[in-house]
Amino acid sequence: MALLSTHALTAQYGQFKALFGVDLHIDPGECVAIIGANGAGKTTLMRAITGVLKNAPEMIRLGGEPIGALPPDRILQRGIAMVPEGRKLFPSLTVEENLLIGGQVRRGSGRWSLDDIYRLFPILKDRRHSPGTALSGGQQQMVAIGRALMSNPELLLCDEISLGLAPVVIRDIYAALPAIRATGAAVILVEQDITRALSVADRVYCMMEGRVTLTAPAGQVTREAIHAAYFGAAA
Amino acid sequence: MIWLDVLVQGILLGGLYALFAAGLSLVFGIMRLVNLAHGDLIVLAAFVILLIVATTGLDPFLAALIAAGWLLQRLVLNRVLGRDILPPLLVTFGLSVALQNGMLEAFSADSRRLRVGALESASIGFGPVTVGTLPLLTFASAVVAIFVLNRIFYTTALGRAFRAVSDDPTTASLMGLNPRSVFAIATGLAMVIVTLAALYLGMRSNFDPSIGPARLLYAFQAVIIGGLGSLWGTLAGGAIIGVAQTLGAQINPEWQILAGHIAFLVVLLIRPRGLFPRAVD
Amino acid sequence: MRHSVTTRTRTSTVAGIAALALVILGLFLPAFATRSLIQDLFFILTMLTLAQLWNLIAGYGGMVSVGQQAFVGIGAYAMFAGVILWGWDPVPAILLGGAAAVLLAIPMAFFAFRLQGAYFAIGTWVIAEVTRLSVAQWKTLGGGTGTSLPREATANIMGVKAIAELFGVRDAAARDILAYRLALALAVGTMAAIYALLRARTGLALAAVRDNDNAARSVGVDARRIRWLVFLSAAAMTGLVGALIYVQTARVSPDAAFSVTSWTAYVIFIAVIGGMGRLEGPIVGVLVFWALQTAFADYGSWYLLALGILAILTMLFAPRGVWGLIHDRTGLALFPVQRRLVTDVSLT
Repeated sequence: MALLSTHALTAQYGQFKALFGVDLHIDPGECVAIIGANGAGKTTLMRAITGVLKNAPEMIRLGGEPIGALPPDRILQRGIAMVPEGRKLFPSLTVEENLLIGGQVRRGSGRWSLDDIYRLFPILKDRRHSPGTALSGGQQQMVAIGRALMSNPELLLCDEISLGLAPVVIRDIYAALPAIRATGAAVILVEQDITRALSVADRVYCMMEGRVTLTAPAGQVTREAIHAAYFGAAA
Repeated sequence: MIWLDVLVQGILLGGLYALFAAGLSLVFGIMRLVNLAHGDLIVLAAFVILLIVATTGLDPFLAALIAAGWLLQRLVLNRVLGRDILPPLLVTFGLSVALQNGMLEAFSADSRRLRVGALESASIGFGPVTVGTLPLLTFASAVVAIFVLNRIFYTTALGRAFRAVSDDPTTASLMGLNPRSVFAIATGLAMVIVTLAALYLGMRSNFDPSIGPARLLYAFQAVIIGGLGSLWGTLAGGAIIGVAQTLGAQINPEWQILAGHIAFLVVLLIRPRGLFPRAVD
Repeated sequence: MRHSVTTRTRTSTVAGIAALALVILGLFLPAFATRSLIQDLFFILTMLTLAQLWNLIAGYGGMVSVGQQAFVGIGAYAMFAGVILWGWDPVPAILLGGAAAVLLAIPMAFFAFRLQGAYFAIGTWVIAEVTRLSVAQWKTLGGGTGTSLPREATANIMGVKAIAELFGVRDAAARDILAYRLALALAVGTMAAIYALLRARTGLALAAVRDNDNAARSVGVDARRIRWLVFLSAAAMTGLVGALIYVQTARVSPDAAFSVTSWTAYVIFIAVIGGMGRLEGPIVGVLVFWALQTAFADYGSWYLLALGILAILTMLFAPRGVWGLIHDRTGLALFPVQRRLVTDVSLT
């Protein structure tokens, strides 16, 4: 059975409709990339899954159970953790406190401890008493990922983790992915960097204007198919 | 020597105002909530303590007051918290008037006082300055209360949650915190400080149902002078108001309150964000 | 085809005619109304005016002042000063109240406009307290205990004799009628001025400044000028109302004239319960207030407790007030300020 699935998921901000019936699923341990241009609805999809946007219960299922109407804190308790777009570290908290906040609601007997996070991103250990926002962009991204891992998620959502970072920094961050997947967690990567996404993901979804326009195993998808799904069939 | 005396008495008076202000500072710092009923809640707590003195059995009452703060936040204030400061302002204004008139009906307009016998007039001499034991005790309580609140705020999981929710409620909820529950706990905690403040209010002066708004103003002035979110700043703010009032009263007894207000306006004119504003805001 | 932008609707035309009829009726009401009804109407009209003015600065202008009692108080005291110190007739002395309120509003705005949100609210309140405490030092006007208008001043108020003869009533009743008519004039004048302001370009600019100060500035709205204009005019009118209230009361004290509860809290509740940001709101609100006061008249301060709770419940369950509920159900707007595009096809 799929770990997470959405069923004709719709979402809107006031008058503006952002998602038009999205169906997707992810299996336990799988890594799925979601790509698409700005405004395709990727972040809205993340907000819907994490409960920031309210939905009908049946629209999102986790292990078969409807979770669409649960608030964000309850979703986290069920094992879905989020690395939000723009990192969103808490400026009043130190690096270590940011990580501890993530671990405040821990599930299971810890796959991830503070030490594990410091082993994954050694640089954070040296900076652990600095305010989270005093770090470089790449280091902040590491804190954001560590903070999400601290809840021992079964599904990790990463929203644009390479955005605004230098290629060498992006490489460092992606280097952590195998260790994360080794714990058995499934990962959804929302990415604009298509090549990067395809190189690590098992499957890819492409979105355009609030709809899924392509689903394919990452190894079998062609540049032409992505181009068509990204910009519309006519292109 | 008289000016040294004025300074010491003023700072000690500031301890009382810091106690009035600490709960407000906590709530205002965490959720930007302007609780205009804060002064009336202190007076209400003073009346409740008066009832306890008459009937004894302290713990249930204290617990009831904390629960009342928690419920107030869950049922009323959480519903109106948002980007717009007007709704919570108006709701607490409504609460203020309702409390004042409710107390007027329940306890009458008579002045009351918590009698503590010899402690009321006891004093201790420090060289040239003689200070009342009760004001000294008030100040010490304020320092302890603020120290404890600071420890909670900066070294506990609860304090971490307070700061995270204050920074960014949406992201905090993604980390498994429920901002509304955290706010409710903060208001409950503020009510503990309100109870302590009420104890000293009742022991040091007469009180009646109408004096809440004035205490609210002193408390708010202390918070604003100190800078939003700085608890030690709140103590400093209380001391500034206290010294200004004592100084004003020394010159002309009728100028006591006026001098405090003017000190507040002057500080605000020079430093619109207070003396010790938080870096991130 | 020609396009034009208008705020007028059929309802608003009917409402306008009805309002005019009501005003004319109001002018001649004293001929057949009881003295106590006139006194009640005086109270309703003055509270209505204060609520409209607070609504203007807070509901439309986004400046949440908790210091409006400063203008009521300074207005009252300026009028008393005119009568007692300089021997003015109380009625023209009301104008002194408006002038004094503006003089106070200038430094207050200079100070408070630097503050935002809660700081603005508390800042205005503290300034009002400073004004109260300063006025309490004014020994010639009774200091902290206050004073009364001298008998010779109240006995010869201009116009009272004429009214007494016109309606065939005693002087005391004629004084009430005079005060009532002035209150009616102030209420009508205030509401007409606010309505005109909101329908003019200034109204749009005001809404823009309230919703987003910087954005409004970037499209050429002079936010500062509009804030000053609205704040000072509201202060002037509030001062006039304050002076008028104390011409009628004939006795003033700092605690009463600068009462945050009477002149700001109740006024805010009236606006909130009726519906903020709407001209109709305070009208409904003041009627609710008066009804509560009348219904609970025999039960001490319970009605104030009820009023506070009603304001809380309104904010929780109907944040746009009673008139907001009516508007949502029926779409009714007696004084619409919303622009509509009208296409005139007859000219094609």
